[in-house]
Amino acid sequence: MANRTTLVPARRGEVPAAPPPVRPDRRRYRDGGRWAAWAFLAPVTVYLLAFYAYPLFRNVELSLRAYTVRSFVQGGAPFAGLDNYEKVLSDPTFMPALLHTVVFTFASLVFQFSIGMALAVFFHQHFPLSHTLRALFLVPWLLPLIVSASTWSWMLNSEAGVVNAGLGVLGVGPVNWLTSQTWSLISVIIANIWIGIPFNLVVLYSGLQAIPVTLDEAAALDGATGWQRFWRITFPLLRPVSAITLLLGLIYTLKVFDIIWIMTRGGPTDSSTTFATWSYRLGFGNLLPAFGPGAAVGNLLIVMALIFGLMYIRLQRRQQV
Amino acid sequence: MKTSARRWRVLGAALVAVVVAGAATACSSDDDPSDGSGGTYAIWDPYPQFNDDSMWVKLLEGCGTSAGVTVKRTGYDTTDLTNKALLAAQQNNSPDVLIIDNPVISTLAEAGVLTTTAETKLDTSAMEPNLLGAGQSGGKTYGVPIGANTLALYYNKKVLTAAGVDVATVVDWSSLTAALGKVKAAGKKGITFSAIGTEEGSFQFLPWFWGSGAQLTTLDSPQAVSALSLWTDWLKQGYAPNSVINNTQTTSWQEFASGDYAFSENGTWQLANAEKLGFEYGIIPIPARAGGTAPAPTGGEFVSIPVQSKTGRYATSQKLVACLTSADNLLNTDTTLSYIAPIAAVQDKQVAANPKLKVWVDAVKAAKGRTGDNLGTRYPKISEPLWTAMQAALSGAKNPQEALSAAQRTAAATR
Repeated sequence: MANRTTLVPARRGEVPAAPPPVRPDRRRYRDGGRWAAWAFLAPVTVYLLAFYAYPLFRNVELSLRAYTVRSFVQGGAPFAGLDNYEKVLSDPTFMPALLHTVVFTFASLVFQFSIGMALAVFFHQHFPLSHTLRALFLVPWLLPLIVSASTWSWMLNSEAGVVNAGLGVLGVGPVNWLTSQTWSLISVIIANIWIGIPFNLVVLYSGLQAIPVTLDEAAALDGATGWQRFWRITFPLLRPVSAITLLLGLIYTLKVFDIIWIMTRGGPTDSSTTFATWSYRLGFGNLLPAFGPGAAVGNLLIVMALIFGLMYIRLQRRQQV
Repeated sequence: MKTSARRWRVLGAALVAVVVAGAATACSSDDDPSDGSGGTYAIWDPYPQFNDDSMWVKLLEGCGTSAGVTVKRTGYDTTDLTNKALLAAQQNNSPDVLIIDNPVISTLAEAGVLTTTAETKLDTSAMEPNLLGAGQSGGKTYGVPIGANTLALYYNKKVLTAAGVDVATVVDWSSLTAALGKVKAAGKKGITFSAIGTEEGSFQFLPWFWGSGAQLTTLDSPQAVSALSLWTDWLKQGYAPNSVINNTQTTSWQEFASGDYAFSENGTWQLANAEKLGFEYGIIPIPARAGGTAPAPTGGEFVSIPVQSKTGRYATSQKLVACLTSADNLLNTDTTLSYIAPIAAVQDKQVAANPKLKVWVDAVKAAKGRTGDNLGTRYPKISEPLWTAMQAALSGAKNPQEALSAAQRTAAATR
């Protein structure tokens, strides 16, 4: 820490010692500007390199080397090319995990978005108590994930869960929500939809407020029904906001880990395993960590998110043209 | 002129910001616990539940004082500590003393993170061999057990009496299953355990697995299938709840604490909670298939000395470990942790102080280490297929034979 106190005055002292020329000609002036620009760029570049580029590079490197715990600590893991990827692709968990990731992501998105949209349109009508009710819908967003996931896992418990108790009252037999191969994925999707609705609601609601009321009123005067006004006016005008909501939702949902891990650990067997939980299980879920394959799965996840990100940018460009 | 002077000043400020940021990161390495300078020794333990006022931390500080050094203690979550220890070793930043869960020892030893007790001249002669086994790999010992815990069956006296079961008759699998049937007929629930898809699930399954006579090297033996069938049948008959598939040992304990269950497979560490139950409880050892006590896996931690670049630190670390694992201190520590001591003489003292511990001392004597039998780092590669098979059979995806055959293929392939 001693460095900090001594360096600051020294640097400051230099400033008057190196005054610029009295009449700077244009070129030198511009050079100084360029240096200043680099200096301004430096912190953000250092930050990006240290906290984004380096971890990403390390993750790629991890996935290309044959790491054992020994070489992880002592160094010297041999380069293995695409061995880890091959191992992951031929693993019996791969296909189920891929399928679950896709189903989990798309089912979550469809329901989060359509329910969020319906609620946004609903609350856009400003009725008494609409503010309070809307605030209540934000609760899932404000709760720490460990709290909401544990609550879901408690509610869906086969033996003592409140959901099965409710079904029992209705005369329906108990469902093994978290412990059967058929239901575990559906259960975590339901929980994830519940958690994702507030985000969609908030973004779409603010998008709705940006649409001029006059358009809607004009259409109403022309005799358009509420349904027509939504599909012909509100929905097309919301398209840019919808696109970004869906893209962000997609990236969040692809990497959802905590909800699944807390509720089912990806099980029973692999029935609710996604890439995110599989990657964690490989790297940290066993006494003997398999860092290489774990990193490989993580990278596949990054590639998936990247593809969708690029698709979005492309779509946006085409719309602008 | 004015603008350009400001520009330079801003440029200077930006540079200062970069330098300061660099200096700040450089400074952080001054806290290096293994620096050698000064008399501060770092100890990491997996007991985050103890704060600085606790007996445990006072003991650590006391051992530091008698070794003439200051102790800097950090408590981590158990599951977190393995990764923390590996990363620290990678950064050459290991603590001087590491207290770690016993099945992790072989992994850390494999990684070259731990010194052997021969190198650091630690005395392990007083320790019970079956407990020390978990810390041994390739003929070398990598730490000293601080205490052991294991599994047994807690039972609810009221539920058993109401169902007309005399607990003394529960001596093998068939008598246990018969007792569960009577309990169910009386309208109560049979048994709860944890069959979750993590190491915790394997830990709970092992007493039945070993109690059947099965070996971890052959997961698909007829004995192993009989053990998994026992659990699967309990679920099918409704003797055990379906929720066991997702139960941790804590949630399984909560089910037992509800008072509806006759039996619960749980560990020594629940003894303090057991006293708070609203009903009378008892404890019996887990029966083996044909009677007698089944070998349960040992839980509990080892005190070990991670490899340091400054080997001169080992002498003091050795004093710290010897102090922590001396008979007198073990009695205190294991009472605090609700563990069974690894030394026979101390075990006797524990039973003298609390006769209820007798059944646990017997269970610990019959227990064995998961990484023992010369399995070492092969154990994790066997345990994961095992818990996967367990989950597949219990959730009905496969029958026990299919599930265990698949597990054996996986375990053999990754050897």
